Amino acid sequence: MYLTPGAASTLGERLLQHGISRRSFLKFCSILASSMALPAAIAPRMALALSNARPCVIYMSFQECTGCLESLLNSHGVAIENLILDAISLDYQETLQAAAGHQSEQWRDEVIAANYGKYILIVDGSIPQDGNSGYFVSAAESGLARLNKTAAGAAFIVAVGTCASFGGIAHAYPNPTGAVGVRDIVKDRPIINVSGCPPIAEVITGVLAYYLTFQKLPTLDSLGRPTVYYGKTVHDDCYREESYEDGPRAKSFDDSFARNGNCLFNLGCKGPVTHNACSTLRWNQGTSFPIQSGHGCIGCSEPDFWDAGGLYVRGPEADAEHDD
Amino acid sequence: MTQTIVIDPVTRIEGHLRIEAETVVNADGSVGVQRASSSSTMVRGIEIIMKGRDPRDAWAFAQRICGVCTVVHGVTSARAVENALGIAIPPNAEMIRNLMMGAQYIHDHVMHFYHLHSFDWVDAASALSAQPLLTSQLQTSISPENPNNSPEYFQSVRDRLYNFANAGQLGIFGKGYWGHPAYRLPAEANLILIAHYFEALAWARKIVKLHAVFGGKDPHPNVIVGGMPCAISSGKAGGVGEIRSGTAVNAASLALVAEVIADMKSFTERIYLPDMVLLARLYNDSVTLQKATDWTGIGEGVGNYLCYGDFPMNGINDLSGLMIPRGIILNRDLSQVYPLDVENPEDIQEFVAHSWYDYSSVSKTSGLHPYAGETKLNYTGPAPGYAKLPTDQSYSWIKSPRWRGKAMEVGPLAHILMMYASGQPNARLLVKVAYEVIGWAPDPTLAKLQSTMGRNVARAMETYLIALEMNTWLARLNANIAAGDLSVFNNAKWNPATWPSHARGFGYSEAPRGALGHWVVIDAGKISNYQCVVASQWNAGPRDAAGVEGPYEAALRGHLIADGDRPLEILRTIHSFDPCIGCAVHVARPDGRSSGWVNDA
Repeated sequence: MYLTPGAASTLGERLLQHGISRRSFLKFCSILASSMALPAAIAPRMALALSNARPCVIYMSFQECTGCLESLLNSHGVAIENLILDAISLDYQETLQAAAGHQSEQWRDEVIAANYGKYILIVDGSIPQDGNSGYFVSAAESGLARLNKTAAGAAFIVAVGTCASFGGIAHAYPNPTGAVGVRDIVKDRPIINVSGCPPIAEVITGVLAYYLTFQKLPTLDSLGRPTVYYGKTVHDDCYREESYEDGPRAKSFDDSFARNGNCLFNLGCKGPVTHNACSTLRWNQGTSFPIQSGHGCIGCSEPDFWDAGGLYVRGPEADAEHDD
Repeated sequence: MTQTIVIDPVTRIEGHLRIEAETVVNADGSVGVQRASSSSTMVRGIEIIMKGRDPRDAWAFAQRICGVCTVVHGVTSARAVENALGIAIPPNAEMIRNLMMGAQYIHDHVMHFYHLHSFDWVDAASALSAQPLLTSQLQTSISPENPNNSPEYFQSVRDRLYNFANAGQLGIFGKGYWGHPAYRLPAEANLILIAHYFEALAWARKIVKLHAVFGGKDPHPNVIVGGMPCAISSGKAGGVGEIRSGTAVNAASLALVAEVIADMKSFTERIYLPDMVLLARLYNDSVTLQKATDWTGIGEGVGNYLCYGDFPMNGINDLSGLMIPRGIILNRDLSQVYPLDVENPEDIQEFVAHSWYDYSSVSKTSGLHPYAGETKLNYTGPAPGYAKLPTDQSYSWIKSPRWRGKAMEVGPLAHILMMYASGQPNARLLVKVAYEVIGWAPDPTLAKLQSTMGRNVARAMETYLIALEMNTWLARLNANIAAGDLSVFNNAKWNPATWPSHARGFGYSEAPRGALGHWVVIDAGKISNYQCVVASQWNAGPRDAAGVEGPYEAALRGHLIADGDRPLEILRTIHSFDPCIGCAVHVARPDGRSSGWVNDA
């Protein structure tokens, strides 16, 4: 009943080995598919794709806070928690990998050489534009050089988090280190911007699963974000929308309207102008999201949200034409 | 003759760290570390970014200093502004912040043990030859309460690892130091710890739901100046998941919080503590080869410990109500806890003598209290491609904090020692039990705890102490709510019109990695100065103007290195501190441009 060690195994076989039934694997694929608003019939195809490919993934970190990686680790997979780590080969990731120093550099360079043009590059953290500034150095190389070197052979790049997508907090005024997002440095590789501070876990893994299934990038908006997750605003599906329209909105945190779950727009909520899936997917396996837990949306998936005027200053009203 | 071992990047930490260790060959032919230097090579400048902004926004900016130690900077920042403006938060908010901080500790420490540190002690390749039946027997003997203990279970884990290795795509295991002579665990112990590495990932995902309930999301849940924003749902509406009305916090979601706390306690008791005991027992000098390192006798660091204190029960200004007390321990002497005055300019000072900053109001060799903090970003390091840093000059983006000129260690070891030295019964009992269970001879000086291995034991002990305390905080929250007090936010000073034209305040906490302080100055309603002195700064900072080493640097002295190309011993001690370097290098105050390259002679 136990597979002979050493037999070549697909992901499906590996899952069977540790007791994950084909049915529950398919269920995971259905959940992923529905999170991306794909028809349920896609699930078996997705299952097949995830069973076969193990593309190499190189994950480079720059001026990161590591929140994006922590979010990725929170991604749920029913009982198959490491599905994405099994469906890809995570060949460089400084927070998790065993090797350090020159061994880790060498390992990454070997994987890149062997998979040139075919690996996925994931980036978190912003990058100082001036490679001679000394603001980011690792293995005695500037961040700029490390990004360019690892981007050159990537099939495409996933910029995870608002820092890698748009510069994020380091980029906020007055941007002391000249920090920018990946798209401001790399001009000749396809880039998917999975923005958010950090992004929802299942958004990160959903994007990867989409590529593994269809071998192409999802449809992107004008900021390079997958429309399936960023096509609507947090306001569009917010459960407090009725009191946004009709009142009464909360006048103070923790007032009677706030306790009733009424709209937080007057307390600075940027939901109407923030594109993200927080009010539908929610956070941490659908537990809650900022508005549900009493604080307005701070707009964290938008460029320059840190400079949008202040967390508690009223943002722009919802665009009437925007309602779907 | 010295040879310098360079590890860059140090992996399995948060942030970007470089270690240079100069070694000498001893008379008996062994190679030992003579002098070490700790450097961080990345900076962002979050404090300068905060200047000029609304102090009520500060917590959100500060929170992004670190996503591994999420929560802690947000809470500390809110406390700093509350201290400056004289805002007392409602008791419910205090309990919720304790719960969120406590959950952060438990999540963080478990993940540190398994996902950041375990590969320093666990030879993953060795686990491939573990016998499932023997593994099951070992597991049952160290933790009879753990149900995941069958031979079939361990067989499945071993097979998963085997197929991973055999498929030729080694992923995160690639080029690890497998087979290194400093690994000492039997194959079965290695397999148990690898199995728990995977289990801990699944568990970690579940328990952060506590942050999502109160803070809306994890990482980076929301807090607010004045308390917490998570209004408790009126009526029967609300809860977690898809809701149509109400808020996330209601009776049902508080029951979920209770379940999460039970899960935390269970994992700690069934898995983390027994694994820690196993590690401490098996890495015992009685089973080592002659001249092998005793990991309870090395890696101490500086022998001085500092805590601001945390987990208030009666408001942040009542120091007597803190679970982790405030204080200073010097020279390993647990018979005396010295007071720590956070306002006194002579007590806490930051030095930049060996850091890439200048001071303009005082000399580069002077120390400045954070309220007087004024620095200039000034990279004088070498151009890319360097082989070594100039460790006799400036060599790090981390500043050197000192208490009266002394280097201090902060973190779980400091917490446990401070609780012990202050006579706390729970801490004293747990230390006594830990010594007995591991098999260390009783010792009132707690010498074995002050080491690389001891630091890990201390971390496990405090995880358990906090897991036990979580129910106290939840019980108080529930009792308040049952008595009709739903308040989580004090809005009395929300309006800037109520603020004085000038105010300054200090916010403190104990993060999982140690003492965390934020100092804020507010003028005309905006932040005019903001300084953080962060835990990992104390531990990872470079030498100060007097040449006093930081704890990492001091801790590495004397380490015997079996293989200079695979310096596992260095990683072991550095990782025992649980480095968080994004926290340590938050600081940059660029009033001018960097001064460019200085080429080595």
